[in-house]
Amino acid sequence: MNAPAGAALAAKDFKSDTKPVWCPGCGDYGVLTSLARALSDLGLRPESTAIVSGIGCSSRMPAYTTCYGFHGVHGRALPVATGLKISRPDLTVIAAGGDGDGYSIGGNHFLHACRRNVDFTYIVMDNHVYGMTKGQASPTTEPDWDNALTPGGSGLRPFQPLVIALASGANFVARAFSGDIVGTAAIIAEAIKAPGFSFVELLSPCVTFRPEQRAWKELIRPSPVQPTDDPVRAARRIMTDDGFNIGVLYAGRRKPYQPEIGHARKSPVELARGFAL
Amino acid sequence: MEVEAAERYEEFAAQMEQHGNLDIAALFAKLAAIERKHADALAADLERGGHAIGTGPALAAPGREGLETGSVDALHYLMTPMHALAIALANEQRAFAFFAELAERPMPAEVRRLAGDFAAEEKAHIALVRDWLERLPRPAEDWDYDPDEPRMPE
Repeated sequence: MNAPAGAALAAKDFKSDTKPVWCPGCGDYGVLTSLARALSDLGLRPESTAIVSGIGCSSRMPAYTTCYGFHGVHGRALPVATGLKISRPDLTVIAAGGDGDGYSIGGNHFLHACRRNVDFTYIVMDNHVYGMTKGQASPTTEPDWDNALTPGGSGLRPFQPLVIALASGANFVARAFSGDIVGTAAIIAEAIKAPGFSFVELLSPCVTFRPEQRAWKELIRPSPVQPTDDPVRAARRIMTDDGFNIGVLYAGRRKPYQPEIGHARKSPVELARGFAL
Repeated sequence: MEVEAAERYEEFAAQMEQHGNLDIAALFAKLAAIERKHADALAADLERGGHAIGTGPALAAPGREGLETGSVDALHYLMTPMHALAIALANEQRAFAFFAELAERPMPAEVRRLAGDFAAEEKAHIALVRDWLERLPRPAEDWDYDPDEPRMPE
């Protein structure tokens, strides 16, 4: 990133020269564009922003931005992001990934990241399928989705990420749609600005394994109600909507968790000494 | 608006190149170059008139991207030239509808004149794209059939 310090950066300055390998038409292209736009709109800089991910199609996100990035272990984006934010509270930290990575392999971390309420943003690109491994049912897949690996459907009740996030203590809960570039950029910007753990469930179609999801753009609509800071009201709204209301659904007032760590900070050399044989 | 449209066509070209559909990649690159040329011409006009070149977001309907910016979900890895030009046609039609409507609004005469000029330009672009489309063979009914499709075997 060679832009002079202090100069305003355009959205394209947050996209790297690495060309995404997502399938043409994949919703994740839209998410990347919205994310870059949000970072630009907030006046952030790549060198003060870190994108952390796990494994999966959407977890490739860090490589496609000019921000610091950590493409980590399957399901483990949240503990890495938590550690990073706690040790470097000056950074804007964003964790990104998919529904399989975040709700299955990383499901336990999701619950506890919500509970801890550390000040970072988690974007889940939810396409209700494992795309990278060729189309298996994920935690959010509809129970009757019929495919080769789950003939007749999995029969399992889908995971309810928004209401689980709310019940577990996430301080900001929103739903967005990848095809709505401008609206999603605004929601991501709101999420980053909001204190504490911000969770954005981002509907992002998989056009290869779930081509029927191209119809999502006809189904989404702005949420008809303003965000609330009342978790009971938010839960009722989330539990009774059809999954296509877009917007900020809950903006709470919990104080973020940020322990004092100054006295515990050690240099890499000091840390390495502790592991010497 | 033209710059944003060019950037999106360049992204489309990169996506198609990444997936080996090189003819369509070249077509999107050509569309991007046309938009860039248009943007440069407009910038030169502004400069000649002593006006600053705007750096703000593209002209767009509220909550939407620029009027000539193609939708990110419009691509398919096996798409044909006809599908690519259909995207371009829709982009030009959106821009034409906007400027034609703007030219009729109660606005200062100079704004209406410019809107009328832009509408005429967009109309010419629509005719050009339609002409290209008419000269193309229609895609086969099974254009998206892939004998080696990226799916798990039954």
